[in-house]
Amino acid sequence: MDLLTFTTNFADQFEETEISAFTPNTNYKELEEWSSLIALSIIAMIDEEYDVSIKGDDIRSAETIEDLFTIVKNRK
Amino acid sequence: MKAYISAINYYLPEQVLTNGQLVKEFPEWSVEKIANKIGVNKRHIASSDETSADLAIKAAEKLFVESGINREIIDFVLFCTQSPDYVLPTSACIIQEKLGLSTSCGALDFNLGCSGYVYGLSLAKGLVLGGIARNVLLLTGETYTKFIHPKDKGNRTIFGDGGSATLVSQTGFAEIGDFVLGTNGKGAENLIVRTGGAKFPNKLNDEMFGDHGNPISSDHLYMNGSEIFNFTIDVVPHLICDLLQKNHLTSENINSFIFHQANVFMLNFLRKKMKIPESKFPYYMSETGNTVSNTIPIVLYEENRKGLLKGYVVLAGFGVGYSWGGTVLKF
Repeated sequence: MDLLTFTTNFADQFEETEISAFTPNTNYKELEEWSSLIALSIIAMIDEEYDVSIKGDDIRSAETIEDLFTIVKNRK
Repeated sequence: MKAYISAINYYLPEQVLTNGQLVKEFPEWSVEKIANKIGVNKRHIASSDETSADLAIKAAEKLFVESGINREIIDFVLFCTQSPDYVLPTSACIIQEKLGLSTSCGALDFNLGCSGYVYGLSLAKGLVLGGIARNVLLLTGETYTKFIHPKDKGNRTIFGDGGSATLVSQTGFAEIGDFVLGTNGKGAENLIVRTGGAKFPNKLNDEMFGDHGNPISSDHLYMNGSEIFNFTIDVVPHLICDLLQKNHLTSENINSFIFHQANVFMLNFLRKKMKIPESKFPYYMSETGNTVSNTIPIVLYEENRKGLLKGYVVLAGFGVGYSWGGTVLKF
C-alpha cells in the first residue's frame, strides 16, 4: 500500500478542490468542500480499492490523510 | 397453492419540495451538487393534516379504481408504517373503516421502514398459503418528513412521503418466491426517532449541532449516514447471494434487481460492488426521494406499467432496525 496513491485516490473524491491542496499532511476536514457525503465516498473508495471497512469514527478520529492511510494499512 | 401479486399502485402527496426551494433555504450549501449525487430532484411532502394512513388509503382507492378491484374481496389488511395515527388503536382498523372493507376482514399494523415492503409480502404470502386469507391488501405509508428537523438539510434532501397498495392473492401477475430475512438490533441507534414512544414519551428538547452543522435531536429523525452505509455494503451482497441460492437461481437468471431506493450514490456503489449491469437495475427516486417502505412498490409499479418486468425479479429492502429482507418475483 502506497501513501501517494492513497492520497490521489483520496483527492479523486473531491470535485472542486485543487489537486495541489492534497498532500499526506492535509487536514481534510478543514477543506471547504468537505462534507458528510464526501466522507461516504471515502469509505466507499477504501472498500473498493483496499477491501478494508472503515467507520465514520475513523474518519472523525484521523486528522490528516496520512492518519487515515495508517488506519487502513493496519487493517489490511 | 401459490401466492401472487395481483395488483399494485401508489400515491404521492400533492405538495412538492424542489431542489430550488432547498437552495433558497440553505444558500450556503451546494444543494444541487449533493442532490445530483444522491439522485433526487424533488420530493412529495404530506400536508400537516395528512397522515401515513391517509396516503395508504389514497393508494388503495387508486388500486381499486385502476385495477377494477371489488373491495369486498379483501379479507385482510396489513399496514406497514412507522408513523401510525395513534399509539392506539391500530391504524389498520381505522383504514378498514375508511376504505369500507368488510368487518370480517383481519387487520394489523407492523412497524418497519425500508425493509417493510418485503416483510409485508412475506406476511401476506403466509396468510394466503396458510389458508387464513384469500386477498390480502398490503399497504405501506410513510411520512418521515414530519420527523425531520427543519434545519437537517441532508435528510430533507433525501426523504419524501408516500403510500402504496398491493393486492396479494391466489392468482396474479407475479408469483412470490422464497424469502431471506435478517435483523440486527445492534444498529437501532443509527437510525432512530428517540422520543414519542413509551421509553421517552415526552420531547427532550436536546437539540445540538454536530459535524457539518447538522442538527442532532432526540425529537427528530437521526441517521448516522456512514454507519448505515457500512451496514448496507456489508449486508446486502450476502442477502442477494443467499436469496439466489434459496430460490435455486443465479445472477444471470435475474432480469431486474429492484432495491430499496435509498439514494443513487449508495445504490450505484452497491450495484458496482455486486457487478450487476445498469440495464438490470432500475432507479426511480428523482421525482419522489427516498420514500422508505414505499420505494420498492413504486419501482415495481413504474417498471410494470412500462412492461419492463419479465421472468425473475429480485426485491431487496434494507435499513432501519437494522432490518433487511429479499424475495424473488416470477412474472
